Amino acid sequence: MARNKESLVLLIEVGPSMHGVLPEVEKVCCLLAEKKLIYGKYDEVGVVAFGTADTKNDLTVEVGGYENVTVLRDIKVVDGALVDVLHQLPRGSACGDFLDAVVVGMDMMIKKYKETNKGKKRLCLITNAVTPTRLPYEGTKEDQVKTVAAQMMAHGMKMDCVVVRAQKDWDVDKKIVEENDFLLGLLSHKSSSKVYVGNATSLLGALRTRNITPVTTYRGEFELSSIMKIKVWVYKKTCEEKFPTLKKYSDKAPPTDKFASHEIKVDYEYRSIGDPNRVVPPEQRIKGYRYGPQVVPISSAEWEAVKFKPEKGLKLLGFTDASNIMRHYYMKDVNLFIAEPGNTKAILAISALARAMKEMNKVAIVRCVWRQGQTNVVIGVLTPNVSANDNVPDSFYFNVLPFAEDVREFQFPSFSNLPSSMQPNEQQQEAADKLVQMLDLAPADREEVLPPDLTPNPALERFYRSLELRSKDPSANIPQIDETLKRITEPNPELLHQNTAVIEEFCRSFELKENPKLKKSSRRIREKPTGSSEEGEGVAAAGQAMDAAEYTSQVKVEQLGDSNTVQEFEAMMSRRDSPDWVRKAFQSMKDKIYSLVEDSVEGDTYQKILECLVALRRGCICKQEPEQFNDFLRHLNKFCHERHLDSLSDFLASNNVMLISKSEEPESNVPDTEARVLPLKNEP
Amino acid sequence: MDIDPEDVFGDEDDPENEFYQEDQKCVSHFEAAINSISVSLKTQIINRSYDEVAICFFNTKEKKNLQDLIGVYVFNVPEREDLDRPTARLIKEFDRLQESFSKQIGSKYGILPGTRDNSLYNALWAAQALLRKGSTKTADKRILLFTNEDDPFGDMKGVTKLDLMRTTIQRAKDAQDLGISIELLPLSKPDDDFNVSTFYADLLGLEGNDLAEFKALAAERFEDIKDQLRKRMFRKRKVRRINFIIPGGKSIELNTYAVVRPTNPGNITWLDSAERSFFCSDTGALLQDPPKYFQTYKSENIMFTANEVSDIKRVSTGHLRLLGFKPLSCLKDYHNLRPSTFVFPSDEEVVGSTCIFIALHRSMLRLKRFAVAFYGNSTHPQLVALIAQDEIMSPSGQIEPPGMHMIYLPYSDDIRPIEEFHTDTNLAPRASEDQIKSASSLLKRIDLKNFSVCQFANPALQKHYAVLQALALDEDEIPDVKDETLPDEEGLARPGVVKALEELKICVYGENFKQEDDDTMGSQKTSETSNKRKALKELTVSELKHYLNVHNQPVGGKKEALISRILTHMGK
Repeated sequence: MARNKESLVLLIEVGPSMHGVLPEVEKVCCLLAEKKLIYGKYDEVGVVAFGTADTKNDLTVEVGGYENVTVLRDIKVVDGALVDVLHQLPRGSACGDFLDAVVVGMDMMIKKYKETNKGKKRLCLITNAVTPTRLPYEGTKEDQVKTVAAQMMAHGMKMDCVVVRAQKDWDVDKKIVEENDFLLGLLSHKSSSKVYVGNATSLLGALRTRNITPVTTYRGEFELSSIMKIKVWVYKKTCEEKFPTLKKYSDKAPPTDKFASHEIKVDYEYRSIGDPNRVVPPEQRIKGYRYGPQVVPISSAEWEAVKFKPEKGLKLLGFTDASNIMRHYYMKDVNLFIAEPGNTKAILAISALARAMKEMNKVAIVRCVWRQGQTNVVIGVLTPNVSANDNVPDSFYFNVLPFAEDVREFQFPSFSNLPSSMQPNEQQQEAADKLVQMLDLAPADREEVLPPDLTPNPALERFYRSLELRSKDPSANIPQIDETLKRITEPNPELLHQNTAVIEEFCRSFELKENPKLKKSSRRIREKPTGSSEEGEGVAAAGQAMDAAEYTSQVKVEQLGDSNTVQEFEAMMSRRDSPDWVRKAFQSMKDKIYSLVEDSVEGDTYQKILECLVALRRGCICKQEPEQFNDFLRHLNKFCHERHLDSLSDFLASNNVMLISKSEEPESNVPDTEARVLPLKNEP
Repeated sequence: MDIDPEDVFGDEDDPENEFYQEDQKCVSHFEAAINSISVSLKTQIINRSYDEVAICFFNTKEKKNLQDLIGVYVFNVPEREDLDRPTARLIKEFDRLQESFSKQIGSKYGILPGTRDNSLYNALWAAQALLRKGSTKTADKRILLFTNEDDPFGDMKGVTKLDLMRTTIQRAKDAQDLGISIELLPLSKPDDDFNVSTFYADLLGLEGNDLAEFKALAAERFEDIKDQLRKRMFRKRKVRRINFIIPGGKSIELNTYAVVRPTNPGNITWLDSAERSFFCSDTGALLQDPPKYFQTYKSENIMFTANEVSDIKRVSTGHLRLLGFKPLSCLKDYHNLRPSTFVFPSDEEVVGSTCIFIALHRSMLRLKRFAVAFYGNSTHPQLVALIAQDEIMSPSGQIEPPGMHMIYLPYSDDIRPIEEFHTDTNLAPRASEDQIKSASSLLKRIDLKNFSVCQFANPALQKHYAVLQALALDEDEIPDVKDETLPDEEGLARPGVVKALEELKICVYGENFKQEDDDTMGSQKTSETSNKRKALKELTVSELKHYLNVHNQPVGGKKEALISRILTHMGK
């Protein structure tokens, strides 16, 4: 572990111009220290503040000068005291000179390590670089910076600069800023990186708080074909920083035991299913895979013999238009393909391909087997990463693409097919356009807000803070989320304030309401799957399509409407999925007729009533239920009579609506002779 | 558990001579039907193993069905209901059926003049009875009817024919009313096309356009059964319902769907029961699941309860909170961690959600912007990018559904500055114009025109399924799975491509560059010893010690030392 230990000197400007952001600087530095206490317990850290009123450093004693630079902590192994120092940085009153600070930092490193620890020494400068640097005793500033850079190189030191540039810049001298930027640029030209941050949130994300030594996933050839190969190294470009895994705590050890680990061990015991008394050693366990309802056992030896064993290597499949690969198909974290370091020809080859691909807007499809013995292959896409920095070679980003099995072909309704109530009208569309345009996180004239590269993980930050709090007070509560980090989880109030009009307009344009029919509406719209026979959906999809077509073509009648009453009645009667439908059809028809009779004004519904009655009569004969109709007709006559609607009875009689007689349907109790008589009997 | 479509393969077996005629060119219809059912079963058991299936022959000599109908034979194997999930045994015996068919089941034309037996009617009835199980609400029920006879009542005349046709169609209609769909897979005779309109159009209720479409698709559908990819099917199911909170207090309802997820070879079921127990490593006492966790920090143990840990992660109140919009160019290729999630609006609880969603969707597409939102998931609170995706249709259906894709963005801690890791003081070499030009011409040569992301099947997974099938069905040999992911060697060997490659090689590597040189030289040097060393490295320490024990050598030291000792011993 100690092999990878890092030595770091933090150079923090604390002058008046920095006071505004110092709380955030404290936070990010504490986070760095807290993480080191977990992941880099042997790392050594020193802290230098510049812009302080006091001066305290070796160089000022030895050679003079270097004023307003205070060494807050000498380089030593991380401990709780470091967190305390960083937690309360002094507020300085003088103007800081970052060049002085860099030299002091370098001097500390050189004195401590001499020639050792090459490549593991890091300076970290946090400044706003708005105050002028002092003129050196001899030569120009530029010369001095170059000397410093050369020294850094010689000692294998790296430097990260975080330059804080808030939007609302004070009245700073443009000239000084430009000069400082130029000097920092010179410094960072060699062996260091420089980031500009615009606000407090990105400041928290800008400092690399955890130092991970990258490991290659693959080193070897990238085969364009058997003719041409390029030597490449593959690294992980993104990799989720996981929440630390907490250990389970055991309180069984006696409190007097100072060396108790309090850890918990997990023990597994495997028993054969056939014979529960027999314990199976782990290596003899047998895997099984489901095949239908059964489990097929496959021993590891068997599996070894037949499993898929591709050869290690990267092979080009071809190039294709970038538009063919949609962004949402990227499957995993991202890798970086770089040419073998130091191999000029490989670097040139990658550079040529990357630049050609960028120009033509193409991407490459590659097949990867990272290790020998890997049991699967990975298909992915290479996108060019043309470097803007002259020192950094061109490279490719690699993203994993899905296989045919990984894409689920769910069908969703087209927006254009949705009912017009769900379609935005012109005015609503305009309000949405405005919102999308105005709620802008990347305005052309300013820094992008919340760029992933500078956005810290709020949950992790909170964890480390709780850890620190708990270490001081074991009963401390979990702290609230930091105000600065709220800019990540919630919209920026400032941005909202600027666009109040747009947002209000948007809210006015659209109306939302709770669905009143919720809970009851268990029936959902059946989305109609379409039978795409292209991707081997085959019989299943085609079948579903048929199914859906049947389903929709045959609207199930559950209630009688006003317009097609007769047809719907017939459809309802012929439904066979439940015997109740016939009864229900009769009943609804009767209700319908009654309501038609009641609604009639001057006989305007008589024709309709006639149609319905005829249909009902036909239905009753067909279903061998004549009495249903006969009873109803008698009732109806009485009903009409009571309401002085005898004209209806006459109308029906004249159209030959009669009781169903025995000769028509054997089940009837009405003799032929009586059938015709009934409607007339009621006549006064 | 999924309850899925249940199928009945109604399978006609027709005794007329033409059915069995063994053409040199084509297999008989019966065989074709059997084969395609067999293939389909083998796919189904992997793709949708919870689907239930029954196989039923009609026009058979023997009868075997619950209703005791003549001319209908329901094929089944022991330990399985008539309509049940397919089992390995079913597939195995079905494969063998072809040989034993005439003995066991036999065929007989069931619809003969003079009798009122109607085997098609009986078959539909039997199938409907089989599909009684389960409700239509939770399952799709289908009857797939394989037949080569377009006019089953052709031998009939007059009233009997009409009557039989009417009752049969009514039977089919009854089944359809119960929510069972009937699908016809006609097997055409080579010289005589299967005429759907003679009878089956009425049975299926096809009219006008549908009829024309059916004809066009029929043949294709039959082919599809055979060429199905083994691919586990997932029912469309929303993962989660989330609220999308837009500044100004509007909160709309979205459903999330997992549209792209890596498919694994299915769950491993260990054939032994496992028992897990926790021990205190200090005292050895057996513990119940512990309530507290700790992290060592400043050489102290800092305690957290499980609840506190999840509290820490809850940095925002669930749901998706819109923060703003950015142009698409801000989304870099390395801003990715996990497969994306598809979101689609729903008006189920909040009416009007879809309208807002569509409006934003259109604006984002037109202005080429994506939304940045914070997804306050309780385990992975994360910034996400919402990219609007327009619907893409092809004649065969929807390729890309309309909606938005949620892409999980990394935090600064998740991004590694690898590019700068290898920077040295010198300027990095850059390709010259010429070199870029020759690379461009190569790009033009090796162009995958209609590349689509999911055109490759996963060879490892397909191999796994093949092995599983071979073992389950006791097949003698494991079918070879084609690895579609290998480069197209033939294409790369085309003279044009070779020329472009050679040009680029000379242009970049120079005339006399021999890449293989250093490699082959190296490999020759790594002679026998290093090969042996490699082989020994594969072994475990205990295995190495065993060898040393046998040869009376000392067994102390690290693995490297053991290997060297063995090598010297072997060298003697």
